[in-house]
Amino acid sequence: MTATDQDITENKKQDAQEFEGLQTPFKRFLSDFCESKLAVLGFLVIVGIALLAIFAPLLTPTDPYDLTSVTILDSRLAPGEKMMSGTVAYLGTDGAGRDMVSAMIYGLRISLGVGIGSGIIAMLIGISFGLLSAYAGGRVDALFMRIVDIQLSFPAILVALVLLVTLGKGVDKTLIALVVVQWAYYARTIRGTALVERRREYIESAVCLGLSKNRIMFRHLLPNCIAPMIVVGTMQVAHAISLEATLSFLGLGMPQTEPSLGRLISNGFEYILSGKYWISVFPGLALLVTIVSINLVGDRLRDVLNPRLQK
Amino acid sequence: MSVFIIRRLLQSGVVVIIMSFIVFSGVFLIGDPVEILVSDDADQEEREEMIKSMGLDKPFLVQYGIFVSKALKGNLGESFVFNEPALLLILDRMPATMELAVVSLMIAIIFGIPLGVWAGLKPESWASKSIMTGSILGFSLPTFWVGIMMILFFAVMLGWLPSTGRGDVQVILGMPISIFSWDGFSHVLMPAVNLALFKLSMVIRLARAGTREVLHQDYIKFAKAKGLQESRIILVHVMKNILIPVVTVLGLEFGGLVAFSVVTETVFAWPGMGKLLIDSIGLLDRPIIVAYLMIIVFLFVFINLVVDILYSILDPRVRLQDVKS
Repeated sequence: MTATDQDITENKKQDAQEFEGLQTPFKRFLSDFCESKLAVLGFLVIVGIALLAIFAPLLTPTDPYDLTSVTILDSRLAPGEKMMSGTVAYLGTDGAGRDMVSAMIYGLRISLGVGIGSGIIAMLIGISFGLLSAYAGGRVDALFMRIVDIQLSFPAILVALVLLVTLGKGVDKTLIALVVVQWAYYARTIRGTALVERRREYIESAVCLGLSKNRIMFRHLLPNCIAPMIVVGTMQVAHAISLEATLSFLGLGMPQTEPSLGRLISNGFEYILSGKYWISVFPGLALLVTIVSINLVGDRLRDVLNPRLQK
Repeated sequence: MSVFIIRRLLQSGVVVIIMSFIVFSGVFLIGDPVEILVSDDADQEEREEMIKSMGLDKPFLVQYGIFVSKALKGNLGESFVFNEPALLLILDRMPATMELAVVSLMIAIIFGIPLGVWAGLKPESWASKSIMTGSILGFSLPTFWVGIMMILFFAVMLGWLPSTGRGDVQVILGMPISIFSWDGFSHVLMPAVNLALFKLSMVIRLARAGTREVLHQDYIKFAKAKGLQESRIILVHVMKNILIPVVTVLGLEFGGLVAFSVVTETVFAWPGMGKLLIDSIGLLDRPIIVAYLMIIVFLFVFINLVVDILYSILDPRVRLQDVKS
């Protein structure tokens, strides 16, 4: 760094300090978060992917679910070749003749939907059980935490596998399996935070004021336990997306008619030995970019929201 | 001490019983095995005979009771498809899975510890930064996709390594093992690396964190003041102290390796018990699914029990706390 650069950063720091009094906590959080360029990039990528997923029907060149337009004559075209309908398949087509670009965007939609959806439901369940456990203590706490311990002693993939073997294929069933796998992480995290917060003065004063248990739990305790939940939530969504892809690859998660990214990769696996790489590689890259971006954001959030690391 | 062990044994027993019920009732719900086993032109009588011979006509709880009493004698049912005891079929495949898991564990330790220590000693160097970035990738990449990419590069494009199967198998000490011949080794290499990636990243992170912590301790400063060689300080004083958490976590994670081998075995068509499970799920071969899950439950409960007991020996506080609560 040159001398002038240093001066400028010094000035900036001073400016920032002067304005600190005017800043809201959210603004401080935002500026902390933006210090890491990688995290900002990750966030932008996630926004881009989310927009792609939401507006999939408007953006894709073809509709991969429309069986009247998908023809087997188009199957396994190399990237850049023209399909029967005249549209260019920039990333090739899969074994059923679906344009890979369209199939991937629709696949992203399912993967993201299942990942985020299961994350939110699991978080709600986990928060309820975790808070109750921390607030009630005693036997309730012992019982809930024993259940959590037992479940977490088995790897997530195995629990999800058993559930899907029992339930069968489908979006709803995959969602259930992912929720069951994840809730325990949330429950344990929020219980840990809530146990610490419970001993603070503001809870004591709320108890002294004679507020109801529900009010103390959800209006006083919960808002102060939210930061670690955001971090765990981000990481868990990435984890859920990866897990769903793995399960679909094993032929258990999503049905063939609504291929998620994992299912697309699995379809392409049949052709990998004959050198038709694009069917597996491109959905895999999309999956990779999604998961890595979410993890980058999550990593940064952990640093920013950790009170011990705050300046 | 013995009170602690007895309590833990009882707890483990309860977990096994609960899990057996969950597994059995879960698998009981899936599909109708008769549909698959009976030929299409069988008449109603033949079908009923089939159902009776498999004991599927009895109420659920009776079926569970029969399952438990047989399981206690070491009989986990006969495979509908192979007509052989499910337990034997799985035990037959177990050495392949165990070999894969052990080789992966070795890879994770042999490469993970030096890389992690290096990253901990020189946290600012570009090598350390790329090691850490690599470990983030190792955490986030879905295992199965990495496996497919490895097949694409090393088997399809370069043609260096075979993509499926187990290759030459030699019987050593009564166990079929493939790593001691070149053919077998070339077969085991890709799946093992694939399975190891996640644990490798974990070992790197643990070793790095451990090294950075240990370096600030007084005994390291003392060793430096004594004028010991740098290599001796790192190899003896640092290594010894970071090995404890690494070994504990890896011990706990061994079960995870066995469970995750389901994915790797499917990608590389490795003839282990995970592949058998996935095949059996496709064929609705209930006894094999139940037997596999029971074996895994046993394995996990056993690993947790051993780790708990070892902990209580190493750290008496754990045992005292448990008795108090």
